[in-house]
Amino acid sequence: MSLIDSLPRRKAFSSEVDAGSREENASKQKSGAPFRSDRNGSSSSAPKLPKVDGLIPWIVPLAIVLIWQLACVTGYVPSRVLPAPTDVAQAGWKLLLSGELVRNIWVSFWRASIGFVIGGGIGFAFGLANGLSQLSAKLTDTTLQMVRNIPHLALIPLVILWFGIDESAKLFLVALGVFFPIYLNTLHGIRTVDPQLIEMGRIYGMTDGELFRRVIFPGALPSIFVGLRFALGIMWLTLIVAETIAASSGLGYMAMQAREFMLIDVVVLSILIYALLGKLADSASRALERLTLSWHPAFQKK
Amino acid sequence: MQEALRFQSADAEPVDRADIVVQARQLRRGSEGATRGLSLTIRGLRKAFGDNEVLRGIDLHIPPGQFVAIVGRSGCGKSTLLRLIAGLDAPTAGSFAFGEQPRAQDVRVMLQEPRLLPWARVLSNVEVGLGRERSSADAQARAERALVEVGLGDKRGQWPSVLSGGQKQRVALARALVSQPRVLAFDEPLGALDALTRISMQQLLERVWRDQGFTAILVTHDVAEAVALADRVLVIEDGRIAQDVTIDLPRPRRRGSAELAALEGEILKHLLEGSEDTQ
Repeated sequence: MSLIDSLPRRKAFSSEVDAGSREENASKQKSGAPFRSDRNGSSSSAPKLPKVDGLIPWIVPLAIVLIWQLACVTGYVPSRVLPAPTDVAQAGWKLLLSGELVRNIWVSFWRASIGFVIGGGIGFAFGLANGLSQLSAKLTDTTLQMVRNIPHLALIPLVILWFGIDESAKLFLVALGVFFPIYLNTLHGIRTVDPQLIEMGRIYGMTDGELFRRVIFPGALPSIFVGLRFALGIMWLTLIVAETIAASSGLGYMAMQAREFMLIDVVVLSILIYALLGKLADSASRALERLTLSWHPAFQKK
Repeated sequence: MQEALRFQSADAEPVDRADIVVQARQLRRGSEGATRGLSLTIRGLRKAFGDNEVLRGIDLHIPPGQFVAIVGRSGCGKSTLLRLIAGLDAPTAGSFAFGEQPRAQDVRVMLQEPRLLPWARVLSNVEVGLGRERSSADAQARAERALVEVGLGDKRGQWPSVLSGGQKQRVALARALVSQPRVLAFDEPLGALDALTRISMQQLLERVWRDQGFTAILVTHDVAEAVALADRVLVIEDGRIAQDVTIDLPRPRRRGSAELAALEGEILKHLLEGSEDTQ
């Protein structure tokens, strides 16, 4: 009886809040808009368009944060479920002052990069070798394909037994995770270089080294970049899992510690930092792509 | 017209006759200077892919500096012949010999597709044509000269992807020309171009051939193109030279003239008769 009673009341309440939040939302956006155009106006007045263009991708994330804030402030979402963005920011500020945040981010970043360099380097080397040499491909490809089908996170128990919760455990997992996308896409890129261009190179007397440098590698590069971006995603994923399960430092560890003490704002903070780091890695690889693939019609400015 | 058109049967020895004609032509050209081209002699050339014998004994002599067009229906082996001459494939039997032992960059080939490196600017694409001399100090200057020669001097810094089909093919021509070859083989180089671009490209080909004096071997399915450009048209049928036509019309030839049309008609008639025989 009380359940039935409460249902319509809650519903009415929520729709009220909805309407309220929408109104507030609208007013906040209004107040936000002049601020944005103000910034544009103050920096330079002439090239306004490209700057607005660059802000468009951030509209949705900003709107989500705004709605989230409103939902928390109005009490629609209890702070025990999800703390308000301002609370998260406060937690972040506190951790930043204590130096804990920077240290943990640095540790995670270091693990991610070293693991990526090791695994990506080996994957790239195997991709090159198997793409260029039939013998190497016959010798190793079958084995690599078998290993590829084992989910690398399934190795966590084994890895803990081998390495304990040492740094090498995390590096091993990250390296294993990024190995395969880089390997597969490098191999695919080299295999699919236009054979007509390779014949052209031979006609014009290119040596093997020159053929690789001027024809095969640039031809494989777009595919290698696809692998790179895949690998970056897997790199963060692996690291989060590894740090959450077995670590004594790093972002994942910070989140797990916070959970122990019910510091939900810190948990949310670490999740957001992962999102930002992932976006950062993706942007970096895209910038590199634009730099090296400027010949590609897809990267030419219209 | 009768003087211009001399048919010879495939079994006759075409070698001496063609030589005389070219010598006569060169005498007429007089002060235009000696040709840098290489002569080419082919004896009993055969090529088979498995059981499929594509070339069944080709005997041919091309004097230095001659412009030879090879026509024939598709699958007659004309492209195979060109690939053998260019050294892209090895013959099954027979031999071919150039007047002198050519260096690698003396024989160049231009194909139907431009095959430009999409990741290299136009100028670097032309530099590829220098072969082993790519690293020499004047490589860039030579590539620029070749680009100017084909009328694309202002496109040196562009990516190939922004060029039109005809422009790409001109870059490919510059790449073939930059090493100043003594034999230049063309495999349907204008096959993928529209009619107007084709005509201006034909004029360009004729001009660079006259300027540089290489021996030109053009494979084409377009008989009109063959008679407009060549000193001599070879018709290949069933892997043999079925017809060897000398075209002794003065240059520059007027497109659509009665003589050219008559020559084209004769060759086409022969080709079509041949196709009726085999069907």
